[in-house]
Amino acid sequence: MSDGKYFSTTKRGEIHELKEELRSLDRPKKKDAVKKVIAAMTVGKDVSMLFPDVVNCMQTDDLELKKLVYLYLINYAKTQPDLAIMAVNTFVKDSQDPNPLIRALAVRTMGCIRVDKITEYLCDPLQRCLKDDDPYVRKTAAVCVAKLYDINPELVEDRGFLDMLREMLSDANPMVVANALAALQEIQELAGPGGKDLLQMSTQTLNKLLAALNECTEWGQVFILDSLAAYDTRDPKDAEKIAERVLPRLQHVNSAVVLSAVKVILRCMDVVALGPSGGEDTIKAWSKKMAPPLVTLLAAEPEVQYVALRNINLIVQRRPAVLANEVKVFFCKYNDPLYVKMEKLEIMIRLASDKNIDQVLLELKEYAQEVDVDFVRKAVRAIGRCAVALEKATERCINVLLELIQTKVSYVVQEAIIVIKDIFRRYPNQYESIIATLCDNLDSLDEPEAKSSMVWIIGEYAERIDNADELLEAFLETFPEETSMVQLQLLTATVKLFLKKPTESAQKMISAVLSCATTETDNPDLRDRAYIYWRLLSTDPEAAKDVVLAEKPVIADDSSSLDPSLLEALVSRYLATVAAVYHRPPETFVSRQRLAVTRADELGARKFEEEDGSVPGAMVSDNNAAAAAGAAAAAAASSVGDLLDMSDPTPMPAAPVAAAAVAPAAPRGLDDLLGGLGSLDMGGGAPPAASTSASADPFAALSGPAPATSLSGGGAAPVAGAGMSPAALSQLPTLLANPGGVSVQGRLVRQAGQIVYQLALRNDTMAPVDGLMIQTNRNSFGLGPASQVLAIPTPGGAVPPGSVAAVRVPLLIDVSKVTPPPLSTGLQVALRTTQVGVLYFNDAVPLSALTEETGSMEAADFLAAWKALPPEASARLPLAVPSADVAKQRLAAANLFVLAHRQVPATGQDAIYATCRITAGGVGQVLLELKFVAGAGGVDVSVKAERQDVAQLVFDGLPSVLLGAA
Amino acid sequence: MASAASAIYFFNLRGDILLERRYKDDVDREIAESFRDRILNARERDSAAVHGPIRTLGSVTFMYLRHADIYILLLTRSNGNAMLSFRFMTSLVSLFQSYFEGEFCESSILLMYELLDEVMDYGLPQITDPSILKALILQKGYKSEGGILGSVGLTGSSGDSASKKARDAAAAANATLAVTGAVGWRREGIKYKRNEIFLDIVEQINVLMSQNGSILRQDVVGRIQMKCFLSDMPELRLGLNDQMQDATFHQCVNLGAYESQKVVTFVPPDGEFELMRYRVNDGITLPFKVLPVISEVGRTKLEANVSIKSTFSNKLQAGPVVVLVPVPDNTASAKLLVTSGRAKYDATKKALVWKMSKFLGGTEHTLRAEVTLVASTRDKKPWGRPPIQLQFQVPMLGCSGLRVQYLRVVERKQGSAYKVDKWVRKLCKSGDYLIRI
Repeated sequence: MSDGKYFSTTKRGEIHELKEELRSLDRPKKKDAVKKVIAAMTVGKDVSMLFPDVVNCMQTDDLELKKLVYLYLINYAKTQPDLAIMAVNTFVKDSQDPNPLIRALAVRTMGCIRVDKITEYLCDPLQRCLKDDDPYVRKTAAVCVAKLYDINPELVEDRGFLDMLREMLSDANPMVVANALAALQEIQELAGPGGKDLLQMSTQTLNKLLAALNECTEWGQVFILDSLAAYDTRDPKDAEKIAERVLPRLQHVNSAVVLSAVKVILRCMDVVALGPSGGEDTIKAWSKKMAPPLVTLLAAEPEVQYVALRNINLIVQRRPAVLANEVKVFFCKYNDPLYVKMEKLEIMIRLASDKNIDQVLLELKEYAQEVDVDFVRKAVRAIGRCAVALEKATERCINVLLELIQTKVSYVVQEAIIVIKDIFRRYPNQYESIIATLCDNLDSLDEPEAKSSMVWIIGEYAERIDNADELLEAFLETFPEETSMVQLQLLTATVKLFLKKPTESAQKMISAVLSCATTETDNPDLRDRAYIYWRLLSTDPEAAKDVVLAEKPVIADDSSSLDPSLLEALVSRYLATVAAVYHRPPETFVSRQRLAVTRADELGARKFEEEDGSVPGAMVSDNNAAAAAGAAAAAAASSVGDLLDMSDPTPMPAAPVAAAAVAPAAPRGLDDLLGGLGSLDMGGGAPPAASTSASADPFAALSGPAPATSLSGGGAAPVAGAGMSPAALSQLPTLLANPGGVSVQGRLVRQAGQIVYQLALRNDTMAPVDGLMIQTNRNSFGLGPASQVLAIPTPGGAVPPGSVAAVRVPLLIDVSKVTPPPLSTGLQVALRTTQVGVLYFNDAVPLSALTEETGSMEAADFLAAWKALPPEASARLPLAVPSADVAKQRLAAANLFVLAHRQVPATGQDAIYATCRITAGGVGQVLLELKFVAGAGGVDVSVKAERQDVAQLVFDGLPSVLLGAA
Repeated sequence: MASAASAIYFFNLRGDILLERRYKDDVDREIAESFRDRILNARERDSAAVHGPIRTLGSVTFMYLRHADIYILLLTRSNGNAMLSFRFMTSLVSLFQSYFEGEFCESSILLMYELLDEVMDYGLPQITDPSILKALILQKGYKSEGGILGSVGLTGSSGDSASKKARDAAAAANATLAVTGAVGWRREGIKYKRNEIFLDIVEQINVLMSQNGSILRQDVVGRIQMKCFLSDMPELRLGLNDQMQDATFHQCVNLGAYESQKVVTFVPPDGEFELMRYRVNDGITLPFKVLPVISEVGRTKLEANVSIKSTFSNKLQAGPVVVLVPVPDNTASAKLLVTSGRAKYDATKKALVWKMSKFLGGTEHTLRAEVTLVASTRDKKPWGRPPIQLQFQVPMLGCSGLRVQYLRVVERKQGSAYKVDKWVRKLCKSGDYLIRI
């Protein structure tokens, strides 16, 4: 109490004192006071109450003082918009000062003051400064146009500033050209992808830019190069011309110039490849010139190296020839930071070839003996990945792994066993002679992944290991305490053993394991899988053999390869950007603000009410983008997703399932059978038949298009031999991608009248992650988790490293937590973990999760309601509906009840009238009219509801419903 | 896309904000403060060491770079050019170094604000070259001395101060032209009594040798550092034998001319600057060969025998040479015997440090050590055996094979009357000179 008083009086005293000093007539004293104010501002004190006094110091000949006052203004003008007007006169006057520095300063600062009233006064000075004699003023004014556009786009267009900017591209001064270009790029981005092409790049502009490229500052060169990379040409001649001019830039000392130049050249390569001869020689020559500068990027600071390496990784995937002979430069230095080493390793694996594998292996072996555990593990995995990728080198890789196993360092041995299992999968029946060595090291296995790999090996090769039963028995002693990953693997391995060597001891073991797994466990995956095996074995042992001992598909090392279309976008559009560093499309991390505009444009609907860009962005209240990306991914989800949805109260498999062992030979009909079973309603201790539903997942996964297994590497994909169901999980939209950390996929669905969050958590860290809790931010529907604690179906509720845990979170509606209108489908979710802290992600609530099963009404009531409600909102959705029946089916599946359907003879359109009810968020009954021509693009939708903001919700949600993806 | 940042922050290692400069309105101090809690002080597993220097929290991307005791942080909400952002930060570091010579203190904050105003506008990097900025922003600040007399304001100033103002404006106009001009790095009208050029070739050699002396990796990163005290607008042409794998040049070098003729052609900035950097991978002569024999004898003893041989001419002599021979963490003591210089066990570096003040060309010296280890019972982890490290400087030695063939100076106006004294020096330094054991 007394302390607080002390502080407040001092503070008041201090402010008061400053006020006095600011009013002083003594110039040095006044200036000192302003400096003190700035110092206070710097440390985060609020000095906004001094606004009038500071502004009074503005009119001065002292440039330094003026700059300080301007700095203050930039920071506080928004808090005092009325007083900020006081400054306008001085600004306008300064913009006509004979000193160009002052003119530029005035126009630069004015643009930073985001007060509406000021912007009006800004226009005239800006217009003058854009035509100033002094290039320094012009280059500053050019940027100011972008600032003004950010505040008031209409004003910029009305005053013709955009045309002036375009004219400035022909300015004699290269820096003015570069800034005008950068300003246009910024404005283009602010306008969103729907905006018209501002640059209107013509051959003429192109030539001007190429000319300015030689002379402007290093940063200006980057602006120009980035715009050249965006220039869309189809003419190989054009591309060659551009590349010839850009190639010398590779010699620039600034790594940003180099990388942007590389981007332009890569892009030109793509165009040249379209030419008559495929441009092979040209591409070869350019590649040769590109390699040395790329290597030189690695001589920079570690942070710059990191950005370079992430980009090089992409380039190596897209154009492997460029750096094919340079693997040596990616060898790690002893004192590189870990994040640099990890990236280098990744590139080394990519560049490993039959030619250099010996060198690479020597290096990797060296790394595997270093002290940093994470790095060592990755090095061992790298050896495995080389083995899988390079058939000729496999034996050498295996020898290195065996040498490493001899070191007896526990984590090295375990990691080696994990990768050897992958090698066995890749080259069956070739290297089993080393199994004996592996079996000598059973004692050192204490990590689940290594254990389950070893168990898989024992089960898979039971017939060749004389004492396989003894080995398995040793593992089985601790069966109840093992993690579910190991338990599942033990279960499968025991079944394999029994089928291969039906001895007495094997029989004893199998019955012990099955009874333990069916009665003493509360893990539904394990129990259900045990029941499947049980039933298979008891009904038809031969069929069991066909299923369990089936031949497995060959795996490949594709764990860290990007989707080709994403790769192409990252290389030719986003190279050097944040997206290229993350290897993710920008929509997944840039804010929704801009995206909102995009979507609105796409849907042809009227523009959204954009959220005020000035909302102070506390982390949780961020508007993220993942939502839209998620919706898109949901739209792409295939029918496999539906199967999953039906496996009601049981979570999706938390740990790898023996899918690999079971599936390939499984008759196709099995999918349907299990799918059907899944739809049965069931409780915890259900009869065996019903309990199989959870195991529908592995089958579902295998019926999907994705390869059944992929090699674990980069910590990304699930374990290979242990058989995951990556396809099933990959159907869920990604909400948070966090390479090397914890990633989240998930989707909101409606199940039996309840809104449920289906989540899959992927742990790419090197340690288990536990203590998982979930919470949602206040949202338009008052949605929140029924229980904050996530029930991960593993012992201790931990997600083991390198694996995926699926969990189902029922959500409740709490009316008191509904945010005021307008409606937004945004849902901000926080996920807490003990190990990696709190993760935040954004999702969108799909329409189909909100609509209620009982939301139908009588056709007559519909008519009455249609008349009674306020006028409808309409929009045209760019969709194609194959037929009215399909549309009706899909609507019904999403609880949008179709009440009437008629043909509109005049237009040949189908008209469907439907309704739905959404209690959440107080939306109420919603009436819809859909008009479309079957098979043609475009659906006209009219929406009527009590609340006007509901329409947008429907426009956003309908596409995924009509595409059958909900 | 062009924008590199919405704001710049400077932090100390504790995570306190030292300086803030916002360029756009879409981020604020509160977001920047979360840098401390969520990145700087995050658990080890989550820290920068593991994740690298770029993270997105919510929809704000944090890009950061550590230099000595300072973190520089850039925030952005768009998918900007990350390389541009990071390179901008490193430019800032060298800019501030050249202004403050490493000293960062409270009083420099105002000057830093002034610089930050100039180096970036609305997130777009502008001018970061110290030599150019120094024309624009003086250490003491730009003062117009209209002074107290002119305090009435612009209209009421006396005739005298008006002419002074006009002069100021003219000077400023000159400065702005230099900043934006085609030869932005050099102003007109420079005069010296004696024209002199100093050209220093500093080569840093990086080597990784295996135990048996075979070269796993080697490269030389060279820099050509110049000091030019030349009058007027001279054009220099530097001819080099084409030994380099890659070269990067200062802004002033005509890259097109280099591309076509392989001659480094440039109008130099006034004073000191780095003309170029280059990298050489082939044809390197290593100045030192090292042969280590390190053997662990039982669990408590380690024997090291390291011999070093200089391969350069005996007319040259290396400056101080330091050899770091790593030893295990559980080292208790070491008995050392050297044929030159002094050696001791340094517990903090976990290495035997062997220093020689000079090392003649064509000679060989040896270190023999017997290291006693503390017996440990449960140390399962083997010793990581970090590489031996060599640090040295050899004046007048070029290890890359790069040679200056000629350096011509042409001044158009003065022609042959233009006389220049030229000085060339060389220095070979160790970078990462590592030998695995």
